[in-house]
Formats: sequence, C-alpha cells, structure tokens
Amino acid sequence: MVAMPEPKRDILARKDEIVARLRDIVPGEGVIVREEELRAYETDGLTAYRQSPMVVVLPSTVEQVSKVMAYCHEQGIRVVPRGAGTSLSGGALPLEDGILLGLGKFNRILEIDYENRCVVAQPGVTNLGITKAVEHEGFYYAPDPSSQIACSIGGNVAENSGGVHCLKYGLTTNNVLGVEMVLIDGTVVRLGGKHLDSDGYDMLGLINGSEGLLGVVTEVTVRILKSPETARAVLVGFPSNEQAGDTVAAIISSGIVPAGVEMMDKPAIHAAEDFVQAGYPLDVEALLICELDGPEAEVDELLARVSRLAEENGATYERVSKDEEERARFWAGRKAAFPAVGRVTPDYYCMDGTIPRHRLAHVLGRMREMSEHYGLRVANVFHAGDGNLHPLIMYDANEGDQLERAENFGADILKLCVEVGGVLTGEHGVGVEKRDLMGTMFNEVDLNTQQRVKCAFDPNGLLNPGKVFPTLHRCAELGRMHISRGKMPFPDLPRF
Amino acid sequence: MADTYRPDSAEQLRELVAWASAEEAPLEVLGRGSKRGLGRPMQAQAGVDMTGFTGIIEYEPDELILAAHTGTPLAEIQAELAAKAQDFAFEPPDLGPLLGGEAGQATIGGTVSCNLAGPRRVKSGAVRDHFLGFHAVSGRGEAFKSGGRVVKNVTGYDLCKLMCGAYGTLAVMTDVTLKVLPVAEETRTVLLVGLDEDAAVKALTAGLQSAYEVSAAAHMPADIARASGVSTVRKSGGAVTALRIEGPPVSVKHRAKKLAEEVLHGHGETHELQDRTSRDFWAEVRDVRPFVGLDGTAVWRISVPPAEGAGVAKRLGEAVSGARYYLDWGGGLIWLAVPQGEDAQHASVRAALGDSTGHATLIKADPEVRAAVPVFQPQADGVAVLTKNLKDAFDPRRVLNPGRMYAGV
Repeated sequence: MVAMPEPKRDILARKDEIVARLRDIVPGEGVIVREEELRAYETDGLTAYRQSPMVVVLPSTVEQVSKVMAYCHEQGIRVVPRGAGTSLSGGALPLEDGILLGLGKFNRILEIDYENRCVVAQPGVTNLGITKAVEHEGFYYAPDPSSQIACSIGGNVAENSGGVHCLKYGLTTNNVLGVEMVLIDGTVVRLGGKHLDSDGYDMLGLINGSEGLLGVVTEVTVRILKSPETARAVLVGFPSNEQAGDTVAAIISSGIVPAGVEMMDKPAIHAAEDFVQAGYPLDVEALLICELDGPEAEVDELLARVSRLAEENGATYERVSKDEEERARFWAGRKAAFPAVGRVTPDYYCMDGTIPRHRLAHVLGRMREMSEHYGLRVANVFHAGDGNLHPLIMYDANEGDQLERAENFGADILKLCVEVGGVLTGEHGVGVEKRDLMGTMFNEVDLNTQQRVKCAFDPNGLLNPGKVFPTLHRCAELGRMHISRGKMPFPDLPRF
Repeated sequence: MADTYRPDSAEQLRELVAWASAEEAPLEVLGRGSKRGLGRPMQAQAGVDMTGFTGIIEYEPDELILAAHTGTPLAEIQAELAAKAQDFAFEPPDLGPLLGGEAGQATIGGTVSCNLAGPRRVKSGAVRDHFLGFHAVSGRGEAFKSGGRVVKNVTGYDLCKLMCGAYGTLAVMTDVTLKVLPVAEETRTVLLVGLDEDAAVKALTAGLQSAYEVSAAAHMPADIARASGVSTVRKSGGAVTALRIEGPPVSVKHRAKKLAEEVLHGHGETHELQDRTSRDFWAEVRDVRPFVGLDGTAVWRISVPPAEGAGVAKRLGEAVSGARYYLDWGGGLIWLAVPQGEDAQHASVRAALGDSTGHATLIKADPEVRAAVPVFQPQADGVAVLTKNLKDAFDPRRVLNPGRMYAGV
C-alpha cells in the first residue's frame, strides 16, 4: 500500500474550531462531520484504498469555495477536491487531516451556445449530462469515458479523461475551451473562454490532467459537435490477439481514422457476453469493435476497406451493425466490460498503461507469462486505436496475499508499458495508485520540474498532497538554485 | 548582442544555459530566426542558435508519430511526411514572408514554441493538440523531459501545453514528438460571394454547426478578395466566404453537395474550388498573404468567440483608422492590418473586443512599436501572478528570452 503524508496533529487537534469556521462559510447541511456520514466519502473508484476525511464540505457557490480555500491556505489545512468520486487511481482519496471539498452541488448547466458550439457547465454536471442537454438539437460532447453516466465534467478536466471516441475526437483537453478556477489562496481566475487558444502560457492545457493539485475548477466551457449523419460499428473476431493487433495497425496506417477501435481478449469477451448479451462470438481469441462515422457513403466505403484489411489479417468472424439498436448493443458489451469482469471475480484491479500499438502482441504475451507467475487471471480490454491498455487483474482480497500479488502484477504490467516505449497511465491518472511508479518514467530532475509547477500554484502543498508525486519537497527547497559562477562552458563551442 | 553560440549536444546546451544563469546573462533562443520579429524586443547578451539540433529522430507512419530535433526545418519534415501521404493536421502557417523574411525557413521547434495553427484549427486543433512529448533544458540549466511518444498519456502534468506557446521563455527544447495524420485524399471549397461580415459569419456558423465536418471556414471582404492569387476569388467581384471539405472522394462530393444545397441554401449562390485551387486559396489564408509586403503596416491576430467575429470586425472597422481585415476559424480569428503609426492603435484594437473573451496579439510591427505597446494581450491580475510564478519555476534568473512575452517574464 502507498503511504500517505503524515497527518498534521495540530490541525486534527483544532478540528472543532475548524468545523465551526467552515459552518460560518457554508451554512446548513454543507459541512459533514458525523463519522457514519463521512464513511460514504472514504473511497473513490479505487476501492482498495480507504480513508475517512476530517470533514466534508459541500459548497454551493464560487464565493464559498473561494472562502473555504482562503481559510485553508491561511490555516495550513489540506484540501482534497472531488467531483463524482469515480477516479480509478485514487485521485479523490481523502486525507485523515484534510477537508474533502465535494463539488456535487455545482450541478447546473449555465449556458448552451449553439452559435459558438459550446456549453458552459458547472463542474458537477455529469459527462453524459452535457450530451443530454444538447442532443435534441443533434449535438453531443465527444469524450465519452465508460463511466460517463456518473463521472463529472470537473473530474474529467482533472483527469483529462478519454473514452472510446477520443481516437478521432480527442481527449478532454482537446475539447475544453475554458475554465473558471479557484486557487488555494481563494483567488478566482478564468482561463480560456469561448475563443480558441491561449494568449499567454497555456495554463488551461496544464490544468487538464492536473489531478486536482493546482486548483478547484468551478466552471467548464466545452466544445460540442454535431452528431455525424450515420455511425456504424463492425465486430471482427480473430483466432489470435496478434492478428487483431495487426489489423488495427493496418487500419490506422491505411489512412482511416475510425471513430473508435476497441479490442477485447477472450476472458473479457466471455465476461461481457455473459453479462449483457451483446451478441459477441465466443469462439474467437480476440474481438475488435470498429466504429466509423460520417456520411453514409463514406461509412460504407470505409467499412468495406476495414473488412478487407481484417480478412487479409485472418479474421474469422464479422458482423456489421444493421441499425442503431444493434450498434448500441455492440458498445454496451464493451462499456460494461469492467462490471462484467466484476461479476466473475470478487475483486478486480484495473490497469491503464499506454503502449505503441505495434508492441501489443509482445505486451499481451508477456502479460500471459506474468499471469502464470502471479497465479492470477487477467482479462484485457484495450482502446486499440490509441494503444491504451486496460488489463483487469482478477483477485480476492479476502484470500491470503492476493491483493498484494495483484498490486505487484499491476506494477509489473505498467513497468512493461514504460519499457516498450509507453507510459504509466493513458486516461485514469496517477493518483495514489501509480504514484510510486513515477520513477520508472521520470528521473529526479523531471519530477522536480513538475513539482515546481505545483509550487507556482500552491506554494504550501495543501491541494491534494500525496497524489501524483512519490516524494514531497518543500517549494523553498525546490526553488533554490545552485550556482557555480564564473565557469565558462565549452570554450571551443562554435560562436558566430 | 556579443556572441551567438551554436551547441550541438544537449550537454553543451545545458552547460551554456547553466553558465548564462550563473552570470545572469540573458539569452535569445533562435531556430532559423523566421519568427524573430514576433514578440517584444529583447536585450539579450548572447544568442543560442539551435540549428545544431537537426534531423528526424523517429518517424513511424503506422504509429502516426514523428520525433525530430527542434532545429529541423519544418519543410524538410513535411517533405518526409508527404512521401507517406501524411502531414501535421494543424496546418502550420509560414509567417516568414509576413514578417519580412523568406518562405520555408521555419523550424519545428519554433513552430511548436509559438503554437501557430492554420485554418484547420477549427476541426483538428492547434499545435498544442498534437504535441506529445519533448526533451528540454530549463532556465535553471537542468535537462528534463515530459510527455511521451504515445497519443494517450496523463502521466504527470502536461508540460507540453506549457512549452507550446511559451515562445522559448521557459525552457529550450532539444527534441519534440508530434502526432501526424493521413492527408485527406481530396479537398473542395464551397464559396459564397458578396456577403457582408454579419451574413458571412452566419453562413460559416451554419456550416460549422452541420454534420459535414467543415475543415476550414473563412471570409475575405471584397478589398482583400480582389487581390487574391486565386483567380476565381480575385474575379468574383465581391467578398468571398469559403468553407472547406476534406476526406475520401465519395464523401467530399456528398458533403460539398449537402453543404451547398441544404446548409447554405438561402445564404446565396454557391461556387466551388477544387483540388489545387482549393489548396492555393487556403495556403493564402493560412500564411496571411493578403498582408505580406505592406510597408508601414502593423498586423494583429485576434482570437474571439467565432459567432462574435462579425461584431468585433465591425467595431474594428469603425474605431481603427485604415483597418483592413479578413476572418478565419468561422469568425473566431481576425487578421487585422492597420497603419503602424507609433502604437499600432493598440488601445482601439483591444477596446474593439468589447465583452468578448479572447485576445489580440501584435504579430508584425517595427521593434520600436513592439517595445512601446503590449504585444500580447494584457493579463488579469490572478493570471499574471501565475505567469510570473511559472517563469520562476523554470527560469528564476530570467535568462531565456526574457521579456519576449511580458515585461519581467
């Protein structure tokens, strides 16, 4: 288990006084301290980690957020922001001596602007809620994480969430035009707006994926798109993972950018089919779901090209969705893959590495060896188009050392991802889960450079500490420069 | 400026910056200098010539990624990409001629550092949206890296976004990795003639709101269209409003037809530019050719909410004397040329933004003018503090392009 920062005893000792002051700022039911009520907040989507916060605060106005933050800054109290709490990396895990700042009451859509093709929403609005608000006009919000029915747009910004359609339409960061954000000292800043691109440093881009360590987002402006004329999905089955992987590479390199290409291995196919009866073939080793969207004529032509490439790579099964209902069913299986695996094992641990696409077969082969070594089964779902793997390691936390083995297995998978030229996390974030693996990708200078960015926003390290960075340094220490004066480098360096 | 150094290894560069930092000697970071005149003039003690960092490191067409040293000419990279029918989707503009230099001089490092994107910005994003990873030396004289070589990556802060558009004020990048995409098989442009700005932006909005994946949307008033290098546009006899469609031939044909017959029905008679003429027209829009070679003229680049572009343009026309402009990005980008004078009329230009969110950047003006007026949009207090803090994080002793964006940064 990952160690969290040592709780501040002086803060815990002053709990009553702190709660009283918070109640001044957020009156009514917005401050929660009863132990049994706090328990509802003790974990996020990474359920292996649990910790009750000192107090939960649920503000309902930007002014309240600003006042809470300014108070915490002044008093040295730690703050963990949370949207819907669906993080799979423990990014919203509370701290024993910290305030859990829930943004659930910020649940309104503030403006729908079709002319500028954007929606202004409060951070607690769900991802799907944005699409629901504009779909009657034929528009939608493109990033669609599998948890879209529950996850909040503010959380999406914090994690730079992806989804099955981000291959063609980009991640959260490519679809957010602006945010309003409260800094730890209570200052409210606006980054971006309804226009494109930043005038100075692209802080909006920096905030996306910053995991709640730089500020608390209180408003988000996202780009919306007109739904394509048609969308059709094709299921393609293969006798091996390698052939499925090769087909994906062939599709992408032929110049086709599908709306999504997903891959599932045999255990995942069976779990999903048992759960939602999506119509998946059960006699294949690997299944691709490839979706193409656009005008009917284009979709037809590209589907034919995909079919040809799949056949050339040894596909043994193919089925094209004939209507919207069938297309939705194809996706239902994929989107329910995590809970489906959850039905066949007491616990599972979901990983999130990204690899260069052409290393897929190698990585899946090594994963099979690891599975034998650790004695734990693994099912794979995979955003194949962009190389993002989601191995689901199956274990039983009540059985001996299985949790520990699952964690070690997971760490080995992520190290493998880095070894083949990939990264630790594609869309779930570092959080607490992958924090201590950051050293496999970054050296000390890299990590110190990132932590200095943290210092630029939060010099006292009060916002979500213990997440992302394996070692906490004081900003004063990081800011210091070690100067050796007077030494001119490379006297023979070419000059002009 | 006393000397220009030309390091050719990351270690040499690191030592050079560490030395400059120790001596508090400001450095001007240069590729091939094609955008040297963009930003506030600096008092640098020495130059860092990055052309020693040249060459493509890795190009994998199947993975849709390309990594190159930052001093590599953009044209050289694009030629390699074209051989595999791929390109950068953000359609990088060549501002060399606009800024008084030659065409084709830009480097990949300068392109990324300035985050300049062309007409396809509306559909495919800017450089920032395609920039995956880099190695760099910070103003602290420390070599570091961020990002990676895969398209989906949330491991640590996205420092790529910070580097992109920092104009070399935070760190000197030595190599960059970018996403590349297949080039569209076909391109067509649907034109409307004779619309005023209001009507034009309504037509562009209708196109961009449609399902037909418009990949560029611009409007040239009559005075600009009259000087176009594309004869159909030049001879149209009025203002020209243009929407581009790209993709597989069967799809392009279908969408161009739907756009003309359904979406733009009621906005006026439509014409079409195909293949080569379509490409030529958008290169003109992209490279700001209408304002190339105009003496005594300052050029502004203004980003606003697209539907508000017509209103802002109208206010510019009223408040800024001698204003000439055209619109890109569906109205969201205004290229504005004004008689330079002493201050490029910066106060009137920025006042014309009114309540719209956005920013105006002085892209081209003589050094005295760029020294006298804010080249980049003045920032709100809270954001200005963060800007300074970020500069402190990367370059506390102000040695990398100091003052290029803002005084003291």
